[in-house]
Amino acid sequence: MSTQKKAVALISGGLDSLLAAKLMIDQGIHVEGINFYTGFCVEGHTHAIRKKDKAKPKRNNALWSAEQLGIKLHIIDIIDEYKDVLINPKHGYGANMNPCLDCKIFMVSKAKQWMEENGFDFIITGEVMGQRPMSQRKDLLPVVVRESGADDRLLRPLCAKNLAATLPEREGWVDREQLKDFSGRNRKPQMALAAEFGFEDYATPAGGCCFLTDKNYSDKLVDLWQARNKKDYELDDIMLLKVGRHLRPQPHYKIIVSREDGENKFLQGYKKQFATIEIKSHNGPLSLVDGELSDEDFQFAARIAARFSQGRDAESVTVKTTALDGTEKTFDIKPMPPSEIKQEWYI
Amino acid sequence: MSQHTLDARNSLCPMPVIKTQNKVNELQAGDILKVTCTDPGALNDIPAWCRINGHLIKDSYEENNEVVIIIQVAG
Repeated sequence: MSTQKKAVALISGGLDSLLAAKLMIDQGIHVEGINFYTGFCVEGHTHAIRKKDKAKPKRNNALWSAEQLGIKLHIIDIIDEYKDVLINPKHGYGANMNPCLDCKIFMVSKAKQWMEENGFDFIITGEVMGQRPMSQRKDLLPVVVRESGADDRLLRPLCAKNLAATLPEREGWVDREQLKDFSGRNRKPQMALAAEFGFEDYATPAGGCCFLTDKNYSDKLVDLWQARNKKDYELDDIMLLKVGRHLRPQPHYKIIVSREDGENKFLQGYKKQFATIEIKSHNGPLSLVDGELSDEDFQFAARIAARFSQGRDAESVTVKTTALDGTEKTFDIKPMPPSEIKQEWYI
Repeated sequence: MSQHTLDARNSLCPMPVIKTQNKVNELQAGDILKVTCTDPGALNDIPAWCRINGHLIKDSYEENNEVVIIIQVAG
């Protein structure tokens, strides 16, 4: 009597991993999903901080995928371990600060560890040969296999027919003939397969699934490292890079100015960790200040913050500053005119 | 059966789900967990995670810009 084989599927929340898992389930494999959270994952909720985005659906696409598939999903926090991947990528960065190949190797190696700890037999991913320029190039797929240590227990159901047979295929755990031979950037085969399976409303993130592929975000991260003179970060740092306007009028401090109510509420949660500037006489943003400020710096930063308040055209605006040690000061300032706010201050 | 609370405020998706998952793993079948979040997405995601894993949502509601979800842990 043969026992049911078990596969752990890397579920990103996108269409490819959904389809790869479905192909295995349909072959009678017991599949459970694993989703790694690096801190840089693009999810609807980050955008949902902003009030203007509240009409958008706020679902976690990995959970949604698991529900469609009827499988368990294990979401694993790898924020701390991921730092070394981002800070010291062996294979370098992509167009921005995205270490895609190192990231894939790391995630597959973590999945291998999970597979061994939980008595599973192999790993599946939604990789498609040639679909992504850095991590899914034909010549780099074997690098993931080798450097993750997954070796021939890594099966890519969507492009398996383009690759050498893996252990699950050779052992007859899965039928290679039922696997796919997708390649390249054309998404039509995946969309046709999704229609065949009856999947609708699946996620189609325009910019990929990671903030590190975004130039604006990457610029803010590089600025953070330069300002601190070291490549390191905490979760709060990288969360705040997604929120508000970031201006650095002086090398030793940065202002994060909320753009609307939703961000104001979110930044309230950081008031104990940062010096703050609040507009008291008018409706206006909460601003966090990252750095050590003199009284003169506070005055200058407050003028910038006031420019983004409803008192922007007023002769005088009342602001309250709170230093990191809790010292509060309330004073009146003239908002800085837009012409004095230098474009290069925007990060 | 015992009552537990989890403060997942000021964390964004999927951290409230991860915190809930990790807390539930420490609890016994039948235990009740009250999770409080500020990310409105948790109102969808924590119930979705519970459905996938067989845990029961006893109640969920929004109150003072916070989301509260009451979970009964499955066996």
